[in-house]
Amino acid sequence: MTSSTNISYANSDLFDRRSLFFDPNLKRNRLNELLTAIAATFAAIAVLPLFLVLGYVLVKGGSMIRPSLFLELPPELGLTGGGIGNAILGTLIVSAIATCIALPVGIGGGIFLSEYSRGGWFANFIRFGNDVLAGVPSIIAGVFIYGLVVVTKLFFDQSFSAMAGGIALSVLMLPTIIKTTDEGLRLVPQELRWGAYGVGASKFVTITRITLPAAFTPIATGVVLAVARAAGETAPLIFTTLFSPYWPDGIFNPIATMSVLIYNFAIMPYEYQNALAWAASFVLVVMILGANLLSRWISKMAKT
Amino acid sequence: MKPDFSNDVNAEAFTLRRRPPSEKLVDIGFSQLSLALASGVALVLLGIFLTVFGQAREAIAQFGLNFLTTSDWDPVNDRYGALVAIYGTLVSSLLALVIAVPLGVGTAIFITEDLVPTRIREAIGLMVELLAALPSVVLGLWAIFVMEPAIRPVLNMLHNVLGWSPLFSTVPQGPGMAPAILILVVMVLPIITAISRDALNQVPIELRQGAYGIGSTRWGAIFNVILPAAISAIIGGVMLSLGRAMGETMAVTMIIGNSLSFNISLLAPGNTIASMLANQFGEADGIQVSALMYAALILMLLTFVVNVAAQWIVRRLSLRY
Repeated sequence: MTSSTNISYANSDLFDRRSLFFDPNLKRNRLNELLTAIAATFAAIAVLPLFLVLGYVLVKGGSMIRPSLFLELPPELGLTGGGIGNAILGTLIVSAIATCIALPVGIGGGIFLSEYSRGGWFANFIRFGNDVLAGVPSIIAGVFIYGLVVVTKLFFDQSFSAMAGGIALSVLMLPTIIKTTDEGLRLVPQELRWGAYGVGASKFVTITRITLPAAFTPIATGVVLAVARAAGETAPLIFTTLFSPYWPDGIFNPIATMSVLIYNFAIMPYEYQNALAWAASFVLVVMILGANLLSRWISKMAKT
Repeated sequence: MKPDFSNDVNAEAFTLRRRPPSEKLVDIGFSQLSLALASGVALVLLGIFLTVFGQAREAIAQFGLNFLTTSDWDPVNDRYGALVAIYGTLVSSLLALVIAVPLGVGTAIFITEDLVPTRIREAIGLMVELLAALPSVVLGLWAIFVMEPAIRPVLNMLHNVLGWSPLFSTVPQGPGMAPAILILVVMVLPIITAISRDALNQVPIELRQGAYGIGSTRWGAIFNVILPAAISAIIGGVMLSLGRAMGETMAVTMIIGNSLSFNISLLAPGNTIASMLANQFGEADGIQVSALMYAALILMLLTFVVNVAAQWIVRRLSLRY
């Protein structure tokens, strides 16, 4: 028998034990339930668009999926048949150009921020600039490359080109890659670096052979997300790569991309073009959601 | 006493390795290279500003600050004013936030505060992240063909009931400001939810325990303890999504109607700076390019101010425990 059971609170005037029992009819508990219901409603509203958009893209775009969609050019306006092969290829080309530019610059910049300048004013300034760059609207990146590359005809006297679009997308990818590299490298335990220095490795060898591989997972996750994001971007492309109804003709000519195709074909008054826009959306969404799930899978694999 | 290795055949094994010059060169070269690549960020930012400003100079000289307050956009007579686009940018993004903030913060509370089993919370979190990954142009396509026809009866009803007020004075005829605001809500909702969720997750468990310990209900704790602790990060996130909403281009361009004339009604077609740029850059030339660059400069400055303010709020106003 513990002492607490000897004292009978039930008979006390001072303390009514029943007041501690949960009473659903209390005003505060009613309010609690009401607010929980409201929050649940908000959450349901928040995920509703995903189901609606995915549903329509899957139904309207999925019904168009057939081999010729991937292998043929879009038809002449008003005609039917054909596919979006050139746009799929074009998106891959432009995203590859963007990745080739943004990846070395972003990872190099991230290495500088985390390995060479811990806490210097310059590093803080670059981090701030990186955050500002991440907030720059994507269309401004397009305007920038339009003024820098398209108007000046920088590449072989060509104005609109796949190259220009790739550079514009790389501007958008850069902040994400720098940030994930910086944060990924800072998660690597300091002891690993000391160990490498201890056995006589130079700083270059330590970074390339020890630190970078140790931070591979977060960096790879960030890069996959950045590439997926860039592949879906449209605004910077509509006046840098423009559009082409033909197969890609070198990277210094206008090129078709899926996102610009969706934009162009969505606002056309032809039903078949609208249907092709839904088909392109299907392919694009599958690619992007696939990349997102891949990045989650990478980070989950690393944790276990 | 120092060990004496002078007569030892293995002396070499104990001396410090002398670094060959080539290794030093590689080391220095690599650090300089990474410095140069990091400076690339600053160069890109500077390049963006200089390019846009340089191209806009002609229009700035010609139109001056009147550009901000006049509303004619007339490529034939080369007279430009961005009032319609600036008004549209501010109204669409602010009204979108008014709707999205309660929804986003409410969702974030729902998935952080232990109201439902972990599985459901994780599923909702994943779905919100996937919603953020959907390309803007796909949302625009959906808005044109699915959302706008679906909400038109609702907008019609609004017009019939509230038609006396200037905000609902026009008959909804397809694309317009109201559907653009709704699609903006869909686009900023995931950002607000994600940032609020992170902010709420970082509130120390001791604060929650303290609140529950003095007998507060779950929502009492949320409103009086947890939300105030996380409010600076949430406000910062809201500001970030304001910047995102102002710069959002494709979905808005496809559904807002791109009207060049001023109309205060939310049911009428409108325009934003971003959608004007997207629409006209492809076939603009001469002074029109310069005028568009001027508009781009304004958009850039707007988003810059909002983003820097967001960072400042997060750094300065965050509570320290």
